[in-house]
Amino acid sequence: MSITSKINTTIKLTFLAAGLFTANLIYAAENTIKIGVLHSLSGSMAISESTLKDTLLMLVEEQNKKGGVLGKQIEAVVVDPASNWSLFAEKSRDLLAKDKVSAVFGCWTSVSRKSVLPIFEELNGILFYPVQYEGEESSKNIFYTGAAPNQQAIPAVDYLQKEFNIERWVLVGTDYVYPRTTNKILETYLKDHYGVKDSDIMINYTPFSHSDWQSIIADIKKFGLAGKKTAVISTINGDANVPFYKELSNQGISADQLPVIAFSVGEEELSGIDTAPLVGHLASWNYFQSIDNDLNSEFINNWHAFTKSDKRVTNDPMEATYIGFNMWVKAVEKAGTDDTTAVQNALIGVTVPNLTGSYAVMMPNHHITKPIMIGEIQDDGQFEVVYKSAGTIVGDEWSDYLPGSKSMIADWRTPLVCGKYDVSKKVCLKD
Amino acid sequence: MRRMILICLLWMITNLATAALPDQFAQRLAKGSLTEKQQLINEMIKENDASIQPLFTALVEGNLYWLDTNSTLAIKQDNQFINWSNKQVIDLPKNQFKRITINNNIRQLVAQYQLQIKLSSNTIPTRRNAAKALFGHIQSPSQINIIVERLALEQDSEVKQRLLEALAFAKLENCQQNECLVLLTQLSNVTNPIFVQKLQQMTSIEGSQIVKEKAQSLLDKLTQKKAMYEKTEQVYFGISLGAVLVLAAIGLAITFGVMGVINMAHGELIMIGAYTTYVMQQLLPNYPGIALILSVPAAFLVCGAVGMLIEISVIRYLYGRPLETLLATFGISLLLQQLFRTLFSPLNKAIITPSWMQGSIQVNDFLSLTINRLYVIGFSLTIFIVLLLIMKKTSLGLNVRAISMNPLMARCLGVKASWVNALTFGLGSGIAGLAGVALSQITNVGPNLGQNYIIDSFMVVVFGGVGNLWGTLIAGLTLGLANKFLEPITGAMLAKIMVLISLVLFIQKRPRGLFPQRGRAVEG
Amino acid sequence: MLTKYFNQDNGRYVLFCLTLLVIYLVMANLFFPTNSLFYVGNQTIILVSKYLCYALLALSVDLVWGYLGILSLGHGAFFALGGYMMGMYLSVQGENGSTTLPEFASFINWQNLPWYWMGADNFLSTLLLVMLIPGLVAFIFGYMTFRSRVSGVYLSIITQALTFALMLAFQRNEMGFGGDNGLTNFKYLLGFSITSNGMRVMLLLITLIVVVISYLICYQLIKSKLGKVIIAIRDAEARVRFVGYRVENVKLAVFTFSAVLAGIAGALYVPQVGIITPIEFLPLNSIEIVVWVAVGGRATLYGAIVGAFLVNYCKSLFTVWFPDEWLFALGLLFVLVTLFLPKGIVGLLKLTHSKKPQLKPQEASL
Repeated sequence: MSITSKINTTIKLTFLAAGLFTANLIYAAENTIKIGVLHSLSGSMAISESTLKDTLLMLVEEQNKKGGVLGKQIEAVVVDPASNWSLFAEKSRDLLAKDKVSAVFGCWTSVSRKSVLPIFEELNGILFYPVQYEGEESSKNIFYTGAAPNQQAIPAVDYLQKEFNIERWVLVGTDYVYPRTTNKILETYLKDHYGVKDSDIMINYTPFSHSDWQSIIADIKKFGLAGKKTAVISTINGDANVPFYKELSNQGISADQLPVIAFSVGEEELSGIDTAPLVGHLASWNYFQSIDNDLNSEFINNWHAFTKSDKRVTNDPMEATYIGFNMWVKAVEKAGTDDTTAVQNALIGVTVPNLTGSYAVMMPNHHITKPIMIGEIQDDGQFEVVYKSAGTIVGDEWSDYLPGSKSMIADWRTPLVCGKYDVSKKVCLKD
Repeated sequence: MRRMILICLLWMITNLATAALPDQFAQRLAKGSLTEKQQLINEMIKENDASIQPLFTALVEGNLYWLDTNSTLAIKQDNQFINWSNKQVIDLPKNQFKRITINNNIRQLVAQYQLQIKLSSNTIPTRRNAAKALFGHIQSPSQINIIVERLALEQDSEVKQRLLEALAFAKLENCQQNECLVLLTQLSNVTNPIFVQKLQQMTSIEGSQIVKEKAQSLLDKLTQKKAMYEKTEQVYFGISLGAVLVLAAIGLAITFGVMGVINMAHGELIMIGAYTTYVMQQLLPNYPGIALILSVPAAFLVCGAVGMLIEISVIRYLYGRPLETLLATFGISLLLQQLFRTLFSPLNKAIITPSWMQGSIQVNDFLSLTINRLYVIGFSLTIFIVLLLIMKKTSLGLNVRAISMNPLMARCLGVKASWVNALTFGLGSGIAGLAGVALSQITNVGPNLGQNYIIDSFMVVVFGGVGNLWGTLIAGLTLGLANKFLEPITGAMLAKIMVLISLVLFIQKRPRGLFPQRGRAVEG
Repeated sequence: MLTKYFNQDNGRYVLFCLTLLVIYLVMANLFFPTNSLFYVGNQTIILVSKYLCYALLALSVDLVWGYLGILSLGHGAFFALGGYMMGMYLSVQGENGSTTLPEFASFINWQNLPWYWMGADNFLSTLLLVMLIPGLVAFIFGYMTFRSRVSGVYLSIITQALTFALMLAFQRNEMGFGGDNGLTNFKYLLGFSITSNGMRVMLLLITLIVVVISYLICYQLIKSKLGKVIIAIRDAEARVRFVGYRVENVKLAVFTFSAVLAGIAGALYVPQVGIITPIEFLPLNSIEIVVWVAVGGRATLYGAIVGAFLVNYCKSLFTVWFPDEWLFALGLLFVLVTLFLPKGIVGLLKLTHSKKPQLKPQEASL
């Protein structure tokens, strides 16, 4: 091969590669508004996240039938970050920079949110995050439509205490940041508010996907069935739940002896378990499929029609997605444009109905108001609501029960515009 | 005799009086708040009326419904709704009925009440269980009275003993020195954890020194016993975890250990086995137990067929290039995962555990053995023995061993290598499928099932020594036991890390596992 | 002269193409206005940088697997360790070179940094640690392993156990590395904003230079006398030992060097991706690295680079084009490449571009 031809090939190859990398030359038609869908469709998180992708596609389809937003059709750009946190970062950058989406709906795990957060801040995007999480964060670019600990964990403890006079507490969770933080908050809360002694709190952590619960449940049994009324608070994540509940029922622990209240077990998780032995165990959420009202039945019917299966269930993160999407639509209409900054400003104060008969308001700390509900597992895999808070509660991003964040607040309105404002020192620690 | 008549009479009177009871209560039971319901049920329990027993049973089991249009209660039986007041079948669509909901407090209330009822049951075992369950749950004086009454009627000595113990414990709450000592002597054979807790409390609070000493001596005895049984329990947990590991790994011991194929798709074959169970249960919706038994051969055949397909289409071309098999099977594992995600959705599937596999055998207060784990242990050992026999006693086994030792020579001697290889891989895969059936009883059935077991499986095979079935068995059990003995000390997370690190160190000491293969074939 | 340069080795040709591509991207990014047809966005710069880091990682795996015959299923661990060292440095960087507490400190009530974060506040010591820590772990691991002559699958499986154990350890919150959320929210590197355009371009260029230099070092290593011994060990370890070479020392040296390369790759990767989490230790990731090498072509060095680029580029595209089905495509790619292209993609290139006899990658004993 001669040198000229070799160099020719080189240059050709290089330009070919360069062309491939600059595939953003093909612009989409201008009469659509794009939103990004950033949920894992493969890998370990697909089990939870793929449902939210379908939810969004359904919401987009409905909104488009109603005429879209600002007279334009909405186009959903779906990507698969494959449960890989660095891929989350890559995909979010693509969505914001290449596809120029006006908002992104996505993430499930805290770590995936943490990995995309710097990118949303750098490129000034909007992310709607639909899952309950540990708090201790507020970003100008993220809108948290899931529950903060005060909207889920603390009311659950209050309920158990009031209803069953619990004296002993077992906090069991997967070893990662959400359970660790939630349990720390709960521990402080139990000691401060109910005077629970150290010897009456048992804390246990397990690895992800832990499948052998024999000895832990035996320990819980010994701890819990020793005369004092005991409850288990479970922050066990994902697929470790099925073996946990199976072992629980096999070791003969029934809900009336030792109730388990879970923060990560919803209708969808239950659809993978035979729930007959679990009747009476509890979960704390802000939405249950069994809530009886018109909006919810319409949502469920649409979902069944969209998935072409009336066996598919709805759950809390789906409602959070629903709220987030509607808030975005409303904010865009309010701002009259899909420009990010304008929508960000318009979002604060936006009020949309939730699926449980009340209203969700986007607060200045980018968290929303939510009612709190506690449900009991039924043998058909649904929850029966046994407690519902009187009104809605505002999400508290910086927990009052952690020493480091007691005096912090977030407020994204002018003049404060701060995600971590120390009220006592009157300084903004992060903007 | 006189008493009998009196009771009969009483029963008849109450029965007459409560014929109308549900109608008064029904509305409140159906419409009231949970607190109202609780009060109501308390009232009903005070009435102590045997005729509304079925109502309670239905209520607790979630079979009690309310029909608003007729304002009647209905009990669901075999998918039919039966009117509570006139016992007629109501032929109305299902969605007209609304289930009467209860919470744990009500459940507990009814359960306590039902215990009392069970005390007067005709069968002795029921009475025994009820009497035993009463321990530590007697609070009110009225309850004590009921027990005392019952004691007078009771014939069975064991039930009597249990009731006396329960009473003694209830009295322990406020007793004087001598009385306490008597009570403690009565309770000296009790092993109930509630009693242990009470003893601990007694030894730590202010009180008479003699009573304290007595309590302490009882406590010491109990603690000793408890420690012993706890060790036994740990061994059981260890063995059952070990059995799971052996199950997951034993198929790999064939495909990887004997054939030398680094089969990364092994986990997915387990997953297919688990999905087979799911499909079988869908095909026979009313017989989950039979479906589970049938899925054993079905999973073996399905996974065996898939395994043979993989062997014939891919692995066949890669013999002698073991690392390439790793890559190809890794690709296959991705393909299979995605295939099942597309076919069955990414969500987990619910597998019903048949009733004969639920619950546990209560040996005593300190030790209970979960039944599903017993089945898994048995299943695992059976598979191991059958596999061992196949490898040692059949001509297939002989051929397989011949090929793994010296493929060229084996071929020269007329062994149809390609066919034997396909069969062997099918066998290993089929056994992976069997593992899937067993695992479906203890863990999730979803597309990621295999991922959770693949690393553990490789560890077990390598720890035991590649190519040695006994090694796999011993290694699996050892890892299981090590895990379970470390867990209480270090927590589950550190236990796992420590086991992994000791495994790495062990391989340094014995580079070819517990039972190294010997001979020339090793260096190949 | 150019002809001579290229004819020495296909790898230089690959690197030349790569350099041209990077120069083009940098030019297009810096000198074209953002609305121009030729403008290249930041995301492309970051993407190519990321691929280059993967390429370096693949190179390090090819060195031990392709030439030394050690199939390491735990190289992701060294990559992640290097990444963590860099992540620790980045997470304590405040404005104007000051140091702050990492973000997760508030979760576990840290008032100041524990001893093992020592050195994280200084860039130079971090650079040292980036190479030292993965190197040290590899050295200790290799020292024990090679001395006791663990080989073949046993070695592969315990490297997997190593990375698995490290993953579990780093997931623990008490370890003090941010638990499952890892280290993130980096702002400054050497006092410059990490998100600025200039920094991105700079990092891309540095990564390219590191890859080129590493390649050349590896290439020289293989071509040297030591290289012959390395290949000999792969092909007939016992014979080399009988001839009188200390096989374990050679293995240990190459393994450690390779781990250092992987660590550097990790350190370059973290500031560009912006997060480092325990998931990087996932055994599956390490297998994937091996797959890149196999797809590219084993025992060629440049094959690893090609493979890393190709597989990851496919992954980036497929996850957007067919988000629901892309695993089919990827899985199929792996199967087809192993079945029909045993020498990888560069096996094809070799046929077309060079008639010179090549190193024959022989089957290593496992």
